[in-house]
Amino acid sequence: MGLDVSFDIFIVIDLIIMSMLLVVGIALVRLNNLFAVVMLYGVYSLLAAIWFVSLDAVDVAFTEAAVGAGISTVLMLGAMLLTSREAKPTPALRRWLSLGVVGVTGMALFYATFDMPNFGDANSPANSYVGLQYMYDTITEVGVPNVVTAILASYRAFDTFGEVVVVLTAGLGVMLILGIGTTRTRDGESPQSGDETTQSAPPVTTVLATENHHIVLQVVAKILIPIIVLYALYVQFHGDYGPGGGFQAGVIFASAVILYSLIFGMDETRRAIPAKVVQFGTALGVLIFGGLGLVTIAMGGKFLDYDVLTAADPILGQHVGILIIEVGVLVTVASVMLSIYYGFAGRYRELKDQDW
Amino acid sequence: MNFIEMITNAGGGHLLANAPALVVAIPLIAGAVAVVLGHGKLAWVWSVLIALVTFGFSLILLQSVLGGETITYAMGNWPAPLGITYHIDALNALLISLVSAMALLALLYGWPMVEREIDPKKHAMFFGTFLLCVGGLIGVAIAGDAFNVFVFLEVSSISTYVLVAMGAQKNRQALTASFNYLILGTIGATFFVIGVGLLYMATGTLNMADISRILADSEGNRVVRAAFAFIVIGLGLKTAMFPLHTWLPNAYTFSPSMIGVFLASTATKVAFYILIRFLFSVFHAGASFETAMFDFVLAPMAMVAMIVCSVQASFQSDVRRLLAYSSVAQVGYMLLGLSLGTAAGLAAGLLHMFNHALMKGALFMAVGLAGLGLGITRVNELRGLGKTMPLVAAGLTVAGLSLIGVPLTAGFISKYYLVIAVLERGWWWAVVAIVVSSVLAIFYVGRMIEAMYLQNPPTPSAAHESDPPIQVRSPVLSMAALYVLVIGSVWFFFDPSLPKGLADTAAGLLIGGGGL
Repeated sequence: MGLDVSFDIFIVIDLIIMSMLLVVGIALVRLNNLFAVVMLYGVYSLLAAIWFVSLDAVDVAFTEAAVGAGISTVLMLGAMLLTSREAKPTPALRRWLSLGVVGVTGMALFYATFDMPNFGDANSPANSYVGLQYMYDTITEVGVPNVVTAILASYRAFDTFGEVVVVLTAGLGVMLILGIGTTRTRDGESPQSGDETTQSAPPVTTVLATENHHIVLQVVAKILIPIIVLYALYVQFHGDYGPGGGFQAGVIFASAVILYSLIFGMDETRRAIPAKVVQFGTALGVLIFGGLGLVTIAMGGKFLDYDVLTAADPILGQHVGILIIEVGVLVTVASVMLSIYYGFAGRYRELKDQDW
Repeated sequence: MNFIEMITNAGGGHLLANAPALVVAIPLIAGAVAVVLGHGKLAWVWSVLIALVTFGFSLILLQSVLGGETITYAMGNWPAPLGITYHIDALNALLISLVSAMALLALLYGWPMVEREIDPKKHAMFFGTFLLCVGGLIGVAIAGDAFNVFVFLEVSSISTYVLVAMGAQKNRQALTASFNYLILGTIGATFFVIGVGLLYMATGTLNMADISRILADSEGNRVVRAAFAFIVIGLGLKTAMFPLHTWLPNAYTFSPSMIGVFLASTATKVAFYILIRFLFSVFHAGASFETAMFDFVLAPMAMVAMIVCSVQASFQSDVRRLLAYSSVAQVGYMLLGLSLGTAAGLAAGLLHMFNHALMKGALFMAVGLAGLGLGITRVNELRGLGKTMPLVAAGLTVAGLSLIGVPLTAGFISKYYLVIAVLERGWWWAVVAIVVSSVLAIFYVGRMIEAMYLQNPPTPSAAHESDPPIQVRSPVLSMAALYVLVIGSVWFFFDPSLPKGLADTAAGLLIGGGGL
């Protein structure tokens, strides 16, 4: 550090990205226009993803790009369409109070930095203890080149099971509160839902239109969507070898369907993937994942002990186990993303171009 | 024959050996199944069945740790620092049994309320979410791994936000209550995970026993101290530690009746448990910054909560909000016990946690039944309940007396041990706070009892004054669930050996050697 002769370009890149994150963060706090806020969130996530790449955390970067910059931007826009485009300005007192809390939190973190190990220190606890052991043991114990996948899907598979349940819970929340839009909400499907929201909302504008002059978009989408789905499958099954896995693949798959619905309309999408199927899928993934845990117990092992899946070859058992649970992750994540999208999309009318 | 028996025994033994994983996995998987079931009543029956099985497994765990033993279970058969381990001892076995028992009782109690308060099309998903919440809470209680605690804290929290929001059909304010809870709860979870991240930075491991071992060997470190602060504040938000309790009153008031019962008796308890686990097992109670925090932050805040929130409870007109403020005050009692830093104090706090779960569950159940039968939500509407719903009123009264801490109720026992523990430390001013808070409890519980027994029921305009008041019947299962808790609140006065023994064992483990 300091005035070292060796000049590390990555330090410069990190510093630039971090200052950009800071600027975007401050802009986010100061803006009242929700559309701009949502867009800046996307920018923030993308910057974070780039930063993670520079930190060699490619899997995390991939997830951040797919979830943070990709699908949550779409979902946030969907949510914004249901409410308002402008946030009410915060009262001054509350603003200062929040600043105080943030300031104290920041000071606590700053206070901690003095005793933190140096950046990239090979002898830091995080790099030398359990982390190092994963690096040594993965190839003999799990037999998967991507250590991140080994940790996520085998060593700490139970955490991942919990995360998939978290995703399911979020999906259930949206389905319970907004409905999944099995029929158009306009027909008064669920009486208690949404009359107030739509009244208080400004005239909604959406990009859902099926006019003929979208023909260019339609042709392009028809070419793109199969490729996106194919890519999702690649990410899914290549997760053992490179960055990727069920979470990212599920999100990519869901975004292909969302793209389809933006261009061909919600009705077409519901015909292709009915809401009932989506609802079933949210639970199915958890059932696959948890079911495998029960199977391993039935076969004489512990919960999610893949070694017992194949009697002769524990490494093969690990491969089979990881493959199965990643499918579970894919199914639940993709279905929940779609259920949230269906929930939002079911709440507003499809507008024609002239309504813009 | 012997051979067959041997296999069954072996199979049964294997199943029992996996009880720690099953007690969490079964409600979670069953929650997903409930979503698929689609049919409302079927999903309820399924949930009751699952709650029963879960309760059975939790009793097996409880039985095997009664004598102070500990069970360790390695998920996926990965050894400790590499994989996730579950750790069961007297402390969390008590809690796991409490959560599963309350889940069962809330479900038995809740069907008539759910039928009235929630759209039939949503029943299956509602019960599915409820089972996920149960699994999440047990998962937090059983985990021996700091990050796993976070994951299951999220499962239980997110499902709780959803369940609270389901009160929207009754009163749309449930949505804002849930949203406030979501924002504060998420801040709490974020603080907690920042703390866990800092601990990982300082120790290189996520296993709680391993972190504890490494921290014991290391001298003071700023990263550890910051981690401590983040974890205490994060969990303090979840425990409704004063002044971080602002989410609680509305969340309890506007949630569906069944959910109010379940949350009041479990959610803050589990957060309280995990706070204890971190304060005493992961960090070391002897550390100077921790003792300072106990004396200068935790104890004063606990006493402020006991008094201020009891005053606030006295001024509430909504019965459930009254009970909610009283809950924050009761959390103060538990935190006061914890902040003593002694085995006696800790045991008293844990005992009070257990007793409070019984009485608050019973109170919320009784109020829910009054709401179901007569549409009662406010304190002054309780008038004449002793005549119109005598059994419900009796249950409400007994549980209310336990809340005050009247002799012959369980509430007396835990307050008694708390006072003794406080005097042992020579904190006479804390005794004053306990007395003041109890007097305030007499006032706010007294308001309900006075309305129920000393006032006449409202007479319908068509009826004569002299007509005997019409008695309103309550669903049998709901009444049975209510009376299990009411009888429990009395039973554990005469025979507190089970919770007291577990609390003492747990406190001994925690103070003795970290207990991990």
